[in-house]
Amino acid sequence: MERNGTAYSSKDFSSDQDVRWCPGCGDYSILKQMQTVLPELGINRKDLVFISGIGCSSRFPYYMNSYGMHSIHGRAPAVATGLKAANPELSVWVITGDGDGLSIGGNHLIHALRRNLDINILLFNNEIYGLTKGQYSPTSELGKYTKSSPLGSIDHPFNPLSLALGADATFVARTVDRDPTHLREVLKRAHEHKGTSYVEIYQNCNVFNDGAFEPWTDKKQRDANSIILQQGQPLVYDGGNKGLRLDGLKPQIVDLTEGFSQSELWVHDEKDATKAHILSRFFNHEPGPDKFPRPFGILYSEDRFTYEEAMQNQLDKALELQGKGNLDELIRGKSTWEVE
Amino acid sequence: MTMTTREEKRSKVTIHFAGDSGDGIQLAGSQFTLTTALQGNDLSTFPDFPAEIRAPIGTVAGVSGFQINFGSEEINTPGSNPDVLVAMNAAAFKKNIRNLKKGGIIIANEAGFDKRNLRLAHMDESVNPLDEVRASDYQLYRVDITKLNREALQDLELGMKERDRSRNMFALGFVYWLFHRNLDPTLQFLTHKFQTDPIVLEANIRALKKGYHYGETIEAVKRYSIESAKLKPGTYRNIVGNQALAMGLIAASQKAGLNLFYAGYPITPASDILHFLSRHKNFNVKTFQAEDEIAAITAAIGASFGGSMGVTATSGPGMALKGEALGLAVMLELPLVIVNVQRGGPSTGLPTKTEQADLLQAVYGRNGESPIPVIAARSPSDCFWVAFEASRMAVEYMTPVIVLSDGYIANGAEPWRFPKSDDLGKIQAPYFSGKEEYLPYKRNDKLVRSWVLPGQEGLEHRIGGLEKEKETGNVSYDPENHEEMVKIRAERIARIADDYPALERIQGPPKGRVLVLGWGSTFGSIKVAVRNAISEGLEVSQLHLRHVFPLPNDLGDIISGYDQVLIPELNNGQLSKLIRQEYDASVTAFNKIQGLPFRADEVLEKIRELHGA
Repeated sequence: MERNGTAYSSKDFSSDQDVRWCPGCGDYSILKQMQTVLPELGINRKDLVFISGIGCSSRFPYYMNSYGMHSIHGRAPAVATGLKAANPELSVWVITGDGDGLSIGGNHLIHALRRNLDINILLFNNEIYGLTKGQYSPTSELGKYTKSSPLGSIDHPFNPLSLALGADATFVARTVDRDPTHLREVLKRAHEHKGTSYVEIYQNCNVFNDGAFEPWTDKKQRDANSIILQQGQPLVYDGGNKGLRLDGLKPQIVDLTEGFSQSELWVHDEKDATKAHILSRFFNHEPGPDKFPRPFGILYSEDRFTYEEAMQNQLDKALELQGKGNLDELIRGKSTWEVE
Repeated sequence: MTMTTREEKRSKVTIHFAGDSGDGIQLAGSQFTLTTALQGNDLSTFPDFPAEIRAPIGTVAGVSGFQINFGSEEINTPGSNPDVLVAMNAAAFKKNIRNLKKGGIIIANEAGFDKRNLRLAHMDESVNPLDEVRASDYQLYRVDITKLNREALQDLELGMKERDRSRNMFALGFVYWLFHRNLDPTLQFLTHKFQTDPIVLEANIRALKKGYHYGETIEAVKRYSIESAKLKPGTYRNIVGNQALAMGLIAASQKAGLNLFYAGYPITPASDILHFLSRHKNFNVKTFQAEDEIAAITAAIGASFGGSMGVTATSGPGMALKGEALGLAVMLELPLVIVNVQRGGPSTGLPTKTEQADLLQAVYGRNGESPIPVIAARSPSDCFWVAFEASRMAVEYMTPVIVLSDGYIANGAEPWRFPKSDDLGKIQAPYFSGKEEYLPYKRNDKLVRSWVLPGQEGLEHRIGGLEKEKETGNVSYDPENHEEMVKIRAERIARIADDYPALERIQGPPKGRVLVLGWGSTFGSIKVAVRNAISEGLEVSQLHLRHVFPLPNDLGDIISGYDQVLIPELNNGQLSKLIRQEYDASVTAFNKIQGLPFRADEVLEKIRELHGA
């Protein structure tokens, strides 16, 4: 994208405000990758808007040199819905977290997903309440010890991707703060998707929940525990040693060193809703050699009309059927009488 | 034997239609209203229905009522004691007979008084109450509407249930005959409503006409005629409050050159605003039925941020849910209109009944110091003006504005000498002029910040709910800055009162013994009460507030001219509290909290009391 004859650089998207997340927070990486990828997306900065709720992640808009609103706890998807419906020209990004998006704002999130406005929802998942100093969140694992759960959490956690698929989201992806290349690639795809793009980003809170995603980020463990989804490619992981196949609808781990050929493997198709549901269920808290790997990438992507298009179509239809609204005729109504 | 029906002229008549909530009472009432309006009478209506869609059949709890007061003279209220009671069943009779004027007319549907109906109404099954009505007390018409109507529709291919469904038209027809009403408006209405169902259309038309001719057949004692009212010359229409409110919003959006974005969650008695607007998308109106009340207001805020006129409407419980977002709107300083069509509270309270108990919630009901202007509608047609004024204030002063209506005027109707669009003022949004450096919270002489919309090149900025630094709008935790910002937000709302038009007394002397001060939907009852008090020789005046927050600058001076201020309210004394707090005045609160509007005689009695009469 060009501005005054020069292309945007990442600096053009950086505001003059000091970034105030804790040193070492995963949010820095996400902010950096967003600012890095934006010049490639072809969005005119004047049309770019970030809307957030409340929480650590929700400070994000203040650090972006674009339009932005730091709204109230959990309501960013609703604010974004009104904004995008009113002004479809804008590129609208919702920044939310696991507490903001899945707890207090859970209702708005699922309804935004089903409506399918052309917006992007980035859910920074750190499995903890950070800004309120360390209570268990709706994605914290069962039994988690926190300030508000000294005997362990008894809340069964949400599976954020299954939840989104259950709400009929049209774009469902997962990425992680520690993998900048993958993160940028997913952000780019989210932008390109026409409809609500829902991206769960694993984000390390090094103060209250350090290492929560280590099985999927630590160089020694991640290959064995995670699988990178690529459209049209067989599901292979663990350095090519393991693969996944489907026996009907039942997924199986196969050892590629023991005679299984790649041609027998499950080939990723992000347009397949059933398979996306199966992938989203790969959600064991404790990873292990017999456990399914955690998938990263785009689980699901579907072309569906957007809410703002449908809304505009109704306005056009009304114009066609009723004619352009005439204020005097409206006020006058159908039946009047004269008083002399 | 033949008798001639006598003719009588009346200047004013009050009719109360009552029946089961499935009897079509509201439809009959609204048709009588339209017809009567078109005949040139002044009128006022009061629909009163149960919260349940189909409450248990035949019970008192399930009675739906519609009262209309109409006449050749000025009408300000739906009337206190009806002259005519149309009772479709025993429960309707039981509930309303005590209000009927002595000498009044009862039109009773005979079939609705059988043993079963008496039992359902918890009345003595062995005595038909109609047998007990003394001719010296009331003029009783016992009409076997169910039977006559079934006979009239005998040859139509309709089930019994469907036949009985047009009984309301039979009853309406008879009332039309009694009061010399023209059948045409209702015939036109039916033709349109049932255009796809010719048999049902035929049934309804026949029922209406049979009812009308029934009056002649039985040679009723008297027919009544009511001459046209001597209203101010002009063109009139009939208008219902919620309809007027929705039209006011559309008018304001057009005059401001903004698209209207209306977000709402279904709630009684505000939903009709959403219904109306969703039928008028050809005015560039976008309507959004949100997942909840919070989403409705936050989506409206999002739309305002994007450059539309964001509006949401609700009732008390929904208003409570919107509280936090109202605070956000105060911080953002964006245009936003929030309508509260009040109903009985607290909690779910009385969803279909009227009350004015959300005034203090509107003025104070948020965390932190968060002043929001509050304005209130006084009658169905005034809803138009108040919606227009609220939108103007919201846009021109970049602020949320709360509109208070209530169930009584939202569903009530009156004739309206409507304006021409050219007579409506223009609304000017304070867009950024571009002449100087843009700072998001830099203010003009009215302390209003300028409006920059996403999409404007080079003016990218962030706003939010955190306290902001003066002018730049950047997040600030500075203690002095916070105090200054709180004062600025208070001052900029207070200054709106400098632009109000001068208060105008409705009636009575500029100084004297008693000032009756009201706000909102009590206007009509107070007007009648004060007029009658004045004609009794009492020294009393009437003043009615539109702007309830901030209060008008000239209110104190006016109040100080009277020995006493009487404040009638449908709550436990909320404006009274505000007035006592602001002014040194001798305030008498007069409160009614029954889910019903004031009757004029109740207010009159209170005025007499204050005069020691």
